[in-house]
Amino acid sequence: MKKYLLKRFIMSIITLWTIITVTFFLMHSIPGDPFKKEGKMPPAVYENLLKKYGLDKPLHEQYVIYLKNLLRGDFGDSMKSRVETVNDMIRRGFPVSAYLGLEALLIALVFGPTLGALAALYQNKVPDYISMIIAIIGISVPSFIMGTILIQFVAKNVSWLPIGGWGEFKHTLLPALAMSLMPLAYMARLMRSSMLEVLNQDYIKTAKSKGISKAAVILKHAVRNAILPIVSVLGTLISNLLVGSFVIEKIFGIPGLGSFFVKSINNRDYTLIMGTTIFYAIILITMLFLVDIAYMFIDPRIKLTKEGR
Amino acid sequence: MNSEANVIKELTPDLFEPALREDKNAEKIRRPSIKYWPDVWRRLKQNKLAMTGLTIIILMIAMSIIGPLISGYSYFEQNYDLINVHPNKTNWFGTDELGRDLFTRVWYGARYSLIIGVLAAAIDFIIGVIYGGISGMSSRQVDSIMMRIAEVVYSIPYLLVVILLSVVFSKEGAGTSMFVLILAMTLTDWVPMAILVRGQVLQLKEAEYSLAAESLGASNGWILRKHIIPNTMGPILVNITLTIPRAIFAEATLGFLGLGFQAPKSSLGSLANDGLAGLAVGNAYQIIIPAIFISLIMFAFNVLGDGLRDALDPRLRK
Repeated sequence: MKKYLLKRFIMSIITLWTIITVTFFLMHSIPGDPFKKEGKMPPAVYENLLKKYGLDKPLHEQYVIYLKNLLRGDFGDSMKSRVETVNDMIRRGFPVSAYLGLEALLIALVFGPTLGALAALYQNKVPDYISMIIAIIGISVPSFIMGTILIQFVAKNVSWLPIGGWGEFKHTLLPALAMSLMPLAYMARLMRSSMLEVLNQDYIKTAKSKGISKAAVILKHAVRNAILPIVSVLGTLISNLLVGSFVIEKIFGIPGLGSFFVKSINNRDYTLIMGTTIFYAIILITMLFLVDIAYMFIDPRIKLTKEGR
Repeated sequence: MNSEANVIKELTPDLFEPALREDKNAEKIRRPSIKYWPDVWRRLKQNKLAMTGLTIIILMIAMSIIGPLISGYSYFEQNYDLINVHPNKTNWFGTDELGRDLFTRVWYGARYSLIIGVLAAAIDFIIGVIYGGISGMSSRQVDSIMMRIAEVVYSIPYLLVVILLSVVFSKEGAGTSMFVLILAMTLTDWVPMAILVRGQVLQLKEAEYSLAAESLGASNGWILRKHIIPNTMGPILVNITLTIPRAIFAEATLGFLGLGFQAPKSSLGSLANDGLAGLAVGNAYQIIIPAIFISLIMFAFNVLGDGLRDALDPRLRK
C-alpha cells in the first residue's frame, strides 16, 4: 500500500513537472516582445523592465529561477497589474471559485446519484424517463449555454435572483446550478447503470430473502456498492467543474480565479496566464491523487499491494 | 395440479417418434445469416433515440453545406440598415449587431464546428491506434513505459491545454487558426483511444486466429492490421462518435472565451460569444439560436454514440 501511494505520488509530481515545464517553455516561445504594446519607451526603462521580470537572463536560468520560486510558492509578478502579484490574484480569486465549485459539486453529488438510483429502481417508469431527460439535457447543453438560459428565463423573471455579481448566497445559486448540470447528468447515468447491475447481484437476493425491509436492502446493499464507480470518476468531474468555471464566471460576472484567467488571456498577461495555469494544474492533480486514494480505501476489493489491473 | 394434467395430455405418442435421418430440413438454416455490421445496423435502427441523433447529424451536415447558399446573404456581408433585426421572413434567424444575417452565419459556423469535431476525432483515431497498437504489441517494459507516458499526458487538464495553446500560437487579435485549434484538441485527447486500442490488442493477440497467423509467419504489424484492428473497430467507432461532441464542445468553449476564429469567420461558439452582448439589451435570439444548434449537435452525437455502443454489444443494453 505504501509502495502504491509512493508510486502514485511520484507520478503526480512527474505530471506536474511536465506541465510546469511545458507551460514555461510554451509561454517563452511566444514570438514578439511582451512589452511591445506599452509603446515606445526609453532603452533604460525597457532594460529595467526586462530585469524586473528576469527576462534579461538566458532561458535555462530563467527556468531554474522560476522552478525555485514555485517551490517557495511564489508565482511571480503580473505583467499588467502594477499593484498585485500573481499570488495576490490567486489569493483573491481562488476562494470565490472554490466556493462556487464546491456548491456546484454538492448539488451534483446530492441530486445526480439520487436521480440515477431512482431511475434504476423504477426502470422504464416515470422517474426513469425524468432522469433520462435531465441526463440528456445535462450532456448536450454546455454550461455556458445553460448559464445564459438561466439568466434569460429565470433571473429576469424571479425578482430576488440576481443576474450576476457576487457577495451573497443568492448570487451563487444560478451559476452553481449551471455548472452542476453536466456532472449531475453524468453521475445520474453512471449511477443508473451501476445500480441496475448491482440490483441483479446474488447478494441482493440474499438480503431480500433474509427478510430485510426494502429500504434497508437498497440503502445498505445496493447503493453502497453502486456508488463506487461514481467515486472513481469524481476526480475528473472536479477537474471539469474547475475549468468549467472560466465560462460561468465570465457570464455571471463573478470575480473568481476563472475570470482572472480569462482576463489574463485577453490582455496577454503572460506571467498571470502561466501562474494560473500551473496553479490550476496543481489543484487538479492533487484532487485526482486524493480521489484515487479515497477510492482505494472505499473499495475493499482493490488490493493495493498488487500491481494494478 | 390441473395444469400438469393438461401438459401430460398434450404429450401425444407421435411426438416421441425418432427423427428421420432423411429429413432434409434438419440441417437447413432457416434465416439468412447476418454478418456483424448489418446486424449492428439492424439493432441500431430499433433505437429511436440513436436514429433521431443520426437524422439530426445528417440534416446538420446537409444544411451546413447548403444553408449559407440558400439564404441569399454572405457570412461577412454587413448591412447597417438591418442591425439587430429579430427573426423574420427575410432574415430567418435575424441579424447581428453589424447587420449580418444570422441564418447564414449559424450554418457557416456549424460547418466549422463539424469539421473541427470530425478532424479532431480522425487525428485522435490515427494517433490512438498507432500508439495503442505499438504499446500492446511491444514487450512488457516498453508497454509499461508507453502507458505511463500516456497517463501523464492525460492527467494534464484538457481545456487548460487547449486554451494555453491557442494563446501561444495565435497572434494577438488575429484569432486562432483551425490548425492550432485541432492541434490543441488532439494533444491530450488521443489517450483514451490509445488505452482502448491497447487493451483490445492485449486481449486479441492471445486469440487463436492471431496465434494461427503468427504460426504461419505473419509479422506483428500484419496481425495488427489484418486481425486485431478490424476486430476492434466497434469500440473504436463508439469512441470516435463520443470524441466528436467533446471537440465541438471544446471549440465552442474557446469561441465563447474569445479564443476562436477571427471575425467575420464564425463557429457556433464564437456566435454565442457575440450573442452574449445582445442578451443584456433584449436581443436574446442572438445567443439562443447558436446555443440551440450547439446543443443539438452535442445531443445528436452523444445519443448516437450511446446507441452504437448498445448495438455493438447487446449484453451492455440495460
